[in-house]
Amino acid sequence: MKQRQKTTMLASACLIVSLAASSFVLHRTDQLRPQATLDEVLFLSSPKVIKRASLGYDGLMACIYWTRAVQYFGYRHHYDAASYNLLAPLLEIATHLDPHLVVAYEFGTSFLAPKPPNGAGQPERAIELMEYGIQNNPDNWRLYYDLGFVYYMELQDYKRAAETFERGSHVPNTHPFLKILAAQMAQHAGEYETARMLWSATYQTTQDELIKQNAVEHLRALRVDEDVKHLQEAVTRFGERTGRLPASMAELVAAEGLAGTPVDPDGHPYKLTPEGRVEVRVPDDFPFATKGLPPGYKPQAKFHAMP
Amino acid sequence: MRSRIAHIASNTFREAVRDRVLYNLIAFALLLSGAAILVGQISIEIEKLVVINLGLTAVSLFGVVIAIFIGIGLVSKEIEKRTLYTVLSRPVRRWEFIVGKFFGLAGTLVVNTFFMAIGVFAALFYVSHKFVRADALILVALYFIVLEFLIICSLALLFSSFSSPLLSAVFAFSLFVIGSFAEDLRNFANMAHGVSRWLATGVAYLVPNFSAFNVITSIAHEQPVAGQLVLQNTLYALFYATMALSGAVLIFEHRDLK
Repeated sequence: MKQRQKTTMLASACLIVSLAASSFVLHRTDQLRPQATLDEVLFLSSPKVIKRASLGYDGLMACIYWTRAVQYFGYRHHYDAASYNLLAPLLEIATHLDPHLVVAYEFGTSFLAPKPPNGAGQPERAIELMEYGIQNNPDNWRLYYDLGFVYYMELQDYKRAAETFERGSHVPNTHPFLKILAAQMAQHAGEYETARMLWSATYQTTQDELIKQNAVEHLRALRVDEDVKHLQEAVTRFGERTGRLPASMAELVAAEGLAGTPVDPDGHPYKLTPEGRVEVRVPDDFPFATKGLPPGYKPQAKFHAMP
Repeated sequence: MRSRIAHIASNTFREAVRDRVLYNLIAFALLLSGAAILVGQISIEIEKLVVINLGLTAVSLFGVVIAIFIGIGLVSKEIEKRTLYTVLSRPVRRWEFIVGKFFGLAGTLVVNTFFMAIGVFAALFYVSHKFVRADALILVALYFIVLEFLIICSLALLFSSFSSPLLSAVFAFSLFVIGSFAEDLRNFANMAHGVSRWLATGVAYLVPNFSAFNVITSIAHEQPVAGQLVLQNTLYALFYATMALSGAVLIFEHRDLK
């Protein structure tokens, strides 16, 4: 073998071995500090400075910051992180760099507003973000809808929700249901029917599969909440009538004259506990349900996309 | 005269396209356009936006780099290799040499932009599966990018006519950065008083203003560009490039080449 060939062989072997060794060491280092990549830092936090530094390519920078926000939220959400300190600044930077980046307002709000574990639990920051979005995109009716949604779902501020839907109903080419929603808020705020209407409207007006799926989950949860509420009322009535709790669901069904054993949206019969509580059989199937859950049950985190 | 300028321009073009660095830069720009597809996939609902933003930014930035790095060597290389003396010993005037070089480099950049634009449109077609009417606006952004290149080319030639390649690169790139802040400079001038106001205003008008050429973000949102802006940007680029070229000719005419 010639000297040159020897050198080539040796150098190639060295290259492969070193690459494998460095990857191995890096992997071990990552195991030593698993949370290190979670603790991200925002070196530049001023949207104005970043806009200047982008040399006019602010649209690209906005896409990068929006992607960073998505990755940040996704990563922390996956690990059930308790805080999302960088989420709001990242979204603010993305939207200040490109005020027409509507997706950042829509999804950003749905990352920020819901309570943990489904979101950052910062509805006030979500409202600020959305107001900034409306200011820069006043003719986009979806932003008014999303903002009204935050007021309704997260803050239960039905008056503000009604006002926001009303504002949105005056936008050119707006969806007609904003007017209906505004009226509905005034009379039936807080009722299941109104919430169902909101989520149904979400399902019907979006093209995004993720949002559609999320709307379906919420509609299913609403049905569970409503069923459990009615069944629980039936249990109370039974108790008032007989002075004891029903021994089984069958007894309750017979006493109330129901057509059959009530079932959840998946077809599983509701459970009646010896303490007289009505519960769903598989709570994990209804991550957004607020009623019918076993005591102390903690729902698994699930992406809570707004409309 | 025209044929002499055309000859110099075509030689400059041929020389530039032989440069391997040029192909590397174009390949890198195309790679970035392709990477835009991947970036879009790790985000939410911005695939098309990323392709347009990243693709056009790559075209613009790599074009600027090509313009600077080829432009700065156009005169100095000829002096270094002593080929300039052969050219000037023929009936070629110094200004014809500069103008020919400019057109050669501008032609190279137009062809580069054409190929990089194909990459952007290919990536766009990949994510959208179709072209819509609004996609034609990308052509306007590309046109503005080419206008930007004309200004950079002329500046690179201007600096190349009296300075070393390294300093020329520094000057040209600095002016590109300053030009991106030109509107801030103008705002500063408006806020200043007295002599500093006049100075700042003068500098703001002297440095190239690139901010009006950057319509990538608005085009990514399918917002139309006013015809008046197209006309005014075209005129501005032509006047500014002519100004810088005139400066280059003036310096080169009086330069002692012995």
